[in-house]
Amino acid sequence: MLQPILRYMPHEYRFDIVGVRFASYLLTAFLVLGSFGTIAVRGFNFGIDFAGGVLMEARAPQAIDLGHLRGEINALNIGEVQITTFGSDGRDVMIRVPQQAGGDQAQNVALKKVQSVLGDGYEIRRTEVVGPKVGGELIISGALAIALAIIAIAVYVWFRFEWQFALGTCLALCHDVLTTLGIFSIFHLDFDLTTVAAVLTIAGYSVNDSVVVYDRVREMLRKYKKMPLPELLNSAVNKVLPRTLLTVFTVLLTVLALLILGGSALRGFSIAMLWGLFVGTFSSIRVGLPVLLYFDLRAEEGGAPSGAAQKAA
Amino acid sequence: MLHFTTSKIIFILSVVALAIFFCLPNVLPDSVVKAGPSWWRPMQLGLDLRGGSYLLLEVDTSTVFKQQLADVEETARNALREADLKYNNLHTAEDSVTVSVEPSDVSAARSALVKTESGLVVETQGADRIKISIPDKVKRDRELAAVTQSLEIVRRRIDEFGTSEPSIQRQGADRIIVELPGVDNPERVKALIGQTAKLDFHLLEPGATGADAKDLPPGTMLLPGNKDDNQMYVVRRHVELSGERLVDAQPSFQNGAPVVSFRFDTAGGRRFGALTSNSVGQRLAIVLDNRVISAPVIKGPIVGGSGIIEGGFSVEAAKDLALLLRAGALPAPLLVIEERVVGPGLGTDSIHAGASAAILGGALVVVFMVLAYHSFGVFAVAGQALHMLSLFAVLSVMGGTLTLPGIAGVVLSLGMAVDANVLIYERMREESFAGRTLLSAITAGFSNAYATIVDSNLTNFIAAVLLFFLGAGPVRGFAVTLSIGILTSIFSAVMITRLQVWLWYRSGKRRELPI
Repeated sequence: MLQPILRYMPHEYRFDIVGVRFASYLLTAFLVLGSFGTIAVRGFNFGIDFAGGVLMEARAPQAIDLGHLRGEINALNIGEVQITTFGSDGRDVMIRVPQQAGGDQAQNVALKKVQSVLGDGYEIRRTEVVGPKVGGELIISGALAIALAIIAIAVYVWFRFEWQFALGTCLALCHDVLTTLGIFSIFHLDFDLTTVAAVLTIAGYSVNDSVVVYDRVREMLRKYKKMPLPELLNSAVNKVLPRTLLTVFTVLLTVLALLILGGSALRGFSIAMLWGLFVGTFSSIRVGLPVLLYFDLRAEEGGAPSGAAQKAA
Repeated sequence: MLHFTTSKIIFILSVVALAIFFCLPNVLPDSVVKAGPSWWRPMQLGLDLRGGSYLLLEVDTSTVFKQQLADVEETARNALREADLKYNNLHTAEDSVTVSVEPSDVSAARSALVKTESGLVVETQGADRIKISIPDKVKRDRELAAVTQSLEIVRRRIDEFGTSEPSIQRQGADRIIVELPGVDNPERVKALIGQTAKLDFHLLEPGATGADAKDLPPGTMLLPGNKDDNQMYVVRRHVELSGERLVDAQPSFQNGAPVVSFRFDTAGGRRFGALTSNSVGQRLAIVLDNRVISAPVIKGPIVGGSGIIEGGFSVEAAKDLALLLRAGALPAPLLVIEERVVGPGLGTDSIHAGASAAILGGALVVVFMVLAYHSFGVFAVAGQALHMLSLFAVLSVMGGTLTLPGIAGVVLSLGMAVDANVLIYERMREESFAGRTLLSAITAGFSNAYATIVDSNLTNFIAAVLLFFLGAGPVRGFAVTLSIGILTSIFSAVMITRLQVWLWYRSGKRRELPI
């Protein structure tokens, strides 16, 4: 009979994560500074949710003559309109009109103009009109959601573990959020509400990963009172590594399914998740763990049956 | 500790049965579901999946305050007249109304003005000026009332319009969310919602034409015609009768042309009768939102309280005007500040895309788990199946809405939820390698993984809940499925997997882990 495939995988890893930490610091610094840089230089390609304006998705009866359509729409004089075709037979077109000066009514005027250019032949599949006020509010609530999530998660970790762990989680989370934003900036991917959802999901996933590692660290701190900290951290990471790899793989399977079959509306979300999956996993090991090295964890833990003492039966 | 008592097994089985029961409305034919109780219902599909329009409206509260000031000016004028006091220079400034009276009349004027409306602040400025201002609280109350009233009127208009299952909710202080499933061209609805529909009857100033805009006779104003901006009418400012007195309005035909027939309440009918009998030969201006719809000559007294408006309408315009008049006037203009419309074609495509992604993702995870863990993988898959069932059950019974990002959340949670199983199984393997016996490895696997599962899922849950409160539209749907999914996955991974492992352990002489 076929063996479970896990039998063919090593059940013990011996990676010296702590030993190579300076190399990983370099990588982290590169990613973080690079993200800062690209965000500063290139900024974001804000989608309609945040930038406002008009977005329209339409399907033509036959393949679209993009040049002709572009000429007609540019003649409307409604700013720099992005027109892209998508789908396999070139009949689908996405038209994105920038925010019009003159408030909410002006957006509708622009929408009507584009509709009249398309005429009756097109099936209008989707229209979104976002006024200037709403866009600004959505940016604020999106940023607030991310910031509050990081704080709330850190507080939870602080209560369940110790403050050093909360600090590590916090740093790892900031790293994940920042580098995900960096990816969106460097590839000029549409940054909209679903991106915020993806960033928060990545944050949740990444902290999930950190907590699994931290949990093991805490357990080992209690069990092996004499083991030097670097060795202990290494051993903890390696012990949970099989689980980490397996989970990354199953989540990867579902993210790929979303990316391949989820359609255009979920593409940005899936790309963000794909990136976040790797970043989130490695950040708990690369950022979250070495942070602990710089604190005397045993002094806090002290063998005292404090609130942090959990069953290790 | 692995042991399950019979009562626990019964509990778990009843949860499973309950989950299946609440999922049933999603697969049973409509006729069966309709016969059941109202809480036994299928999940709602979001507008992005079923197609429809989402409109975010804002009540223009600045006009509410302007109107409030104008009302104060009007009541002040009436109060001073009734008290027989001489006044001059009554006017509205930026946020107050001021008036000059004789210095000897100041206190009499003040007491007359204070009586007009409660909550107003009446102050004396210098020897002869009185300032009436509206305190913030009164202003806010009025704005609040305006929003509440707008909500009610929007609801009435949309109900009259007759779309199926509209949802009209208040959002924040001054906003209204309108969701119209199945409406993929909201232009007519927007026109209906956006119109104030304030109907007033005025008299035209006889002999004056719209041409001499410069020197209008006192107490008149210049209003454009409904169809033609260049057609101007000189209308007396005094409102003879307002649309609030209408009790009914219906589209009908007169001489083959669409018209709107209306009926006043008793008081309105009496005033309409008096107006028409006193002003035979004059022209009556029917004014809608500061535009003259028509200005017929009053041929004779109209008693009985009903009449018609003819304005060269199309059939549809007559129908809409009648609807607007029936539903009542908005207290303030409504602005559409966000609009999202999904056509039925895209909705169907999205359902298709979401469902195929879910099936592919689910299948991949199932195959992988079984390959990785064999029989224990099957246990995990069974746990996941229950996790899905309970997720859909909770969504159904809560009346939750499934959106496209929501489906993405479901698909992701398929991959993430097996993490709990992986944690447990890997721990068992580790304990077993460390030399523990089978039962002790299994027990240690569950108990050691348990705290980790709770911690890691709760932190995830925090992010999902925040997303729900701060997200908007379809993204909230994502947060809902994600957070419910986290809770149901803990239950299924911990309880269902354990139950199966225990049954497996009991079912034969087990010596080693099958993983």
